[in-house]
Amino acid sequence: MADRDLSSDADHALDRVLESTPRRGGRTRPSAPDRVFDAVNLTILALVLVALVYPLYFVLISSISEPSLVNTGKVTWYPRGLTIQGYTRVLRDPNILIGYRNTFIYTAVGTALNVTLTVLAGYALSRRDFKGRNVISAFVVFTMLFNGGLIPLYLVVRNLGLLNTLGAMVLPTAVNVVNLIIARTFFATTIPDELLEAARVDGCGTARFFFQIVLPISPAIIAVEVLFYGVFHWNAFFEALIFLNDPDKYPLQMVLRDILLRARLSEMMFTGDPREFAEIQMLAELIKFSAIVVASAPILLLYPFLQRYFMTGVMIGSLKG
Amino acid sequence: MAIDTEVPPAAQEIQTTAVPGHSMARYLRDSWVLYLFVLPAILYFVIFHYWPMYGAVIAFKNFSPIKGILGSPWAGFAHFERFFNSHFFELLIRNTILISVYVLVAAFPVPIAFALMVNQVDYPLMRKTLQTASYIPHFISMVVFIGMIFLFLSPTNGVVNRLIMFLGGGATDFMGKAVWFRHVYVGTEIWKETGFAAIIYLAVLSTINPELHEAAIVDGATKLQRIIHIDIPGIVPTAVVLLILRVGRLMDIGFQKAFLMQTQLNIDASEIIPTYVYKQGLLAAQFSFSAAVGLFNAVINLGLILLVNQIAKRVTGNSLW
Repeated sequence: MADRDLSSDADHALDRVLESTPRRGGRTRPSAPDRVFDAVNLTILALVLVALVYPLYFVLISSISEPSLVNTGKVTWYPRGLTIQGYTRVLRDPNILIGYRNTFIYTAVGTALNVTLTVLAGYALSRRDFKGRNVISAFVVFTMLFNGGLIPLYLVVRNLGLLNTLGAMVLPTAVNVVNLIIARTFFATTIPDELLEAARVDGCGTARFFFQIVLPISPAIIAVEVLFYGVFHWNAFFEALIFLNDPDKYPLQMVLRDILLRARLSEMMFTGDPREFAEIQMLAELIKFSAIVVASAPILLLYPFLQRYFMTGVMIGSLKG
Repeated sequence: MAIDTEVPPAAQEIQTTAVPGHSMARYLRDSWVLYLFVLPAILYFVIFHYWPMYGAVIAFKNFSPIKGILGSPWAGFAHFERFFNSHFFELLIRNTILISVYVLVAAFPVPIAFALMVNQVDYPLMRKTLQTASYIPHFISMVVFIGMIFLFLSPTNGVVNRLIMFLGGGATDFMGKAVWFRHVYVGTEIWKETGFAAIIYLAVLSTINPELHEAAIVDGATKLQRIIHIDIPGIVPTAVVLLILRVGRLMDIGFQKAFLMQTQLNIDASEIIPTYVYKQGLLAAQFSFSAAVGLFNAVINLGLILLVNQIAKRVTGNSLW
């Protein structure tokens, strides 16, 4: 028992959540009530795990199974009648490819803009000697409590001539208040005042201090912000719905909405052979399953590598909660 | 998210190191860069948040895009009166409140229970798997998510209905019946957001002093007793703050989920203020009327969060800002 970790520093909280040291009931065998508890607890959690994972697994196996078998309920635990038709049709659809390209551009440009503005402002607001930080913080936070509404925002974007442009997809969401607070809290808690004082004594100005000292020791906050904003842009749908009406500018999510929710399968997915239209009905669901995988794969594949930063961000964000 | 805009006592420390008499000039020479850092973010909030707040005056005008905001004639409260007297008013308020309260009552406790249960798992691999699996749904885009819901709940070949029929029930068109809308909304909300919401509770549980548990084990407390007497009291403060925040956002339901789940058949339960504003404002181009509806909702939101904050201040002695 002596070698047990007794510290309860918040610093280690993240490690403990991720790689938790299990609390065991000493060296004695668990008591009867505890064994019952564990059995019930693990059973429920195992069912929860199945409920969480199975829908995603089902989409995956359905996307590579013969549609007639999926539609009649013969595909349950593993793919049957393997086919890649869904994927070839989805990837043959120019709308999907345009959507992919547009989403890629919006995500790259938008995230770069987001992270730049957020990290710069977050650092300034974290400085205790920054006169006006309270006023500016209040000015920013007020936008979380009250907003002018959808129509006035739409009119602003229209007046700026941004409708149907890249600008409409990245500028109205350039700074997120929660992400800004995360950046501010991060800098306020990780950059000691002594470091700034020491730099000043050495004649280091504010800009140099930030770019040469603060940024190099803060890759974690950059990663957190890139992750949060990047996921937001990849999944963004609302801005496109409101500000875009040119299909050539549509991001992936708008294309997906047509395929998944409006049953609008692009004719381009089919070669034009009239006999093929009989297949459309059959293939419609297969294409939906494949489209879901194609759209979600990039984020879900990257997710295991990014999980740590994601957790860090949530923890910082809730520090003041 | 709680926001602390007060300057901690340490703030004066750095300022006093400035040369007396020249403090302001010295401060600006050192710190003008900080204003430059925060300027782009301020411009963003002015343009995309404060300008639309000003633009919301069109709710009191008969706005015409040609005449502009200033040139359009005043209409007083005519648009508000029209909204309050329309038969949509009662429907929208009822739908908004019912969905909100239902989510609050049904979905709020789930992450707490999930965190308490996961916290009792003694097998690190099981723990980690459960946590990772539980966050994944949070990263699925709303469009894909709703697409999955339609596929799974399809009355003809959806998995859920097939399971119901297998168990001897009859197929139900969940997405085509207004009575089912709220249940589907809340149930899927729980699936998607429980893991994400549980992160904070797991973090708080990991900061509970292990000595409390050890002492309890020595005294022969079972796991269930330790959950009730140690873990739950440990997370109550966090849960209260999150609950207050949630209540403050009672009239603030996201647009995307309800909008994407809407069908002609479930509209009686799925039409909420944001979806109505979108249709009246952007699709039917009734700018002033829908701006009035949006403003009404924004004012209620602001009032609710201020009220809840006041109550929190009275009851718990600390407020959110």
